[in-house]
Amino acid sequence: MQFGIFTVGDVTPDPTTGRTPTERERIKAMVAIALKAEEVGLDVFATGEHHNPPFVPSSPTTMLGYIAARTEKLILSTSTTLITTNDPVKIAEDYAMLQHLADGRVDLMMGRGNTGPVYPWFGQDIRQGINLAIENYALLHRLWREDVVDWEGKFRTPLQGFTSTPRPLDDVPPFVWHGSIRSPEIAEQAAFYGDGFFHNNIFWPADHTKQMVELYRARYAHYGHGTPEQAIVGLGGQVFMRKNSQDAVREFRPYFDNAPVYGHGPSLEDFTEQTPLTVGSPQQVIEKTLSFREYAGDYQRQLFLMDHAGLPLKTVLEQLDMLGEEVVPVLRKEFAKGRPADVPEAPTHASLKAAREVTVA
Amino acid sequence: MKLVVVSAGLSVPSSTRLLADRLAAATAGRASAEVEVEVVELRDLAVEIAHHFTNGFPGRKLAAALDAVTAADGLIVVTPVFSASYSGLFKSFFDVLEKDALAGKPVLIAATGGSARHSLVLEHALRPLFAYLRAVVVPTAVYAASEDWGAEGLPERIERAAGELAGLMAGLSVARPAVKDEFTVVPFAEQLAALSRQ
Repeated sequence: MQFGIFTVGDVTPDPTTGRTPTERERIKAMVAIALKAEEVGLDVFATGEHHNPPFVPSSPTTMLGYIAARTEKLILSTSTTLITTNDPVKIAEDYAMLQHLADGRVDLMMGRGNTGPVYPWFGQDIRQGINLAIENYALLHRLWREDVVDWEGKFRTPLQGFTSTPRPLDDVPPFVWHGSIRSPEIAEQAAFYGDGFFHNNIFWPADHTKQMVELYRARYAHYGHGTPEQAIVGLGGQVFMRKNSQDAVREFRPYFDNAPVYGHGPSLEDFTEQTPLTVGSPQQVIEKTLSFREYAGDYQRQLFLMDHAGLPLKTVLEQLDMLGEEVVPVLRKEFAKGRPADVPEAPTHASLKAAREVTVA
Repeated sequence: MKLVVVSAGLSVPSSTRLLADRLAAATAGRASAEVEVEVVELRDLAVEIAHHFTNGFPGRKLAAALDAVTAADGLIVVTPVFSASYSGLFKSFFDVLEKDALAGKPVLIAATGGSARHSLVLEHALRPLFAYLRAVVVPTAVYAASEDWGAEGLPERIERAAGELAGLMAGLSVARPAVKDEFTVVPFAEQLAALSRQ
């Protein structure tokens, strides 16, 4: 099972000091956080992609390429790559390039983006969000698998005799996850291709996540990729830890109360009861995270949101130390218990390459 | 048949709830089949409704109320008149309801107010709202001003509206399309093919 972190890349004032980091500070902090993730033994770092303030990561492969050069083992991913408003041709090129530079330590999570104006800014229409996701990915999927592509669709200029370069490393396209919170069409899309399905459950009650994951698993089996239990599932999580849980609550509360998205809304107590958010001791984080398996089944990837809402870099790095040293080793051991042998790990470049060699031979 | 009553009255006891109960009893009395009545008091859900806006998902009590409304064969909705319209709480409840939840559903609209001068709120505010939600709104809307509780005419209007609702419930409960399951899927090949046809 893979463990990692995903970042939104928000530039948010620290509510306890009123200080807002500069964009440069935030970008450098994201890099420092990624390097820390590798140092403490996490498997994955994923960055969001946004095209509006207060977010900085508009250019994910620039950032991931830089991180790739400074890490050895970390898998570099996205949360998410906007399959709706990016040109699929450019996604094919950018991430194949990143794959070569990172020696295959690359996968992607496709998402639609829910910021209305971003669509027209990139010449698209949000009402076509699902259709854009379906058509653009269908093209991307071919660009990585066919050397010469002739293509015509509804949303993009036709292609005649186009070759996307560089070709994917070892002719193995990056593994793709499809992220969606509430669209069954996307779970269906992930299932159709045998790709991964990531449910970012951090703002959602368990019963909703369960329904979406079950739908994906059933359809994954329907399309003949394996049993429902073998489908490739990823989940989100959000934690803040201190040795003493009361200290965690006291320290995190101002960040929670002023956070983008849910700030000034529910109480910390209600939110921790109803969603995956855990604010407490490492042991509480372990227990809550292990409980995800009860409704999502044995799954492959767990990403934590650790660095939003204006938390200072120093605090985030302390959190990552605790996550890597006290939480994830226990989770690895506990999640392995009772996990059926035929439930696969998340595909990596190495495993996909090996599978391809078997097929070709 | 299931009849759900949504009352946005705020005081306890409330004349809005009183009108809601009278309408529910009259509808049950005129129905051809047995009617199971469930009352949703929005006052009890006010905080969860506000949190739904900030969180993006309903709390447990609100989720149960939204499910009840979605599954109802008929609906009675009653609001006090605030600032020349329905109350903000009343509107907020219907703002967090899934957009297709009321499609084809018989709805009786009713309101209360201090004087009869606001009675056309039913026609100018509530009826367009429920028309937008594609509900089937019964022709008689019932307004009860304070003075109506001591005057002639209100019981007759209640009976007339209830008769219309009971009739529509009997007719439409058969015809109404089944509520679409949130988690049903169009097979992927169809999704893709639909794109190339456009």
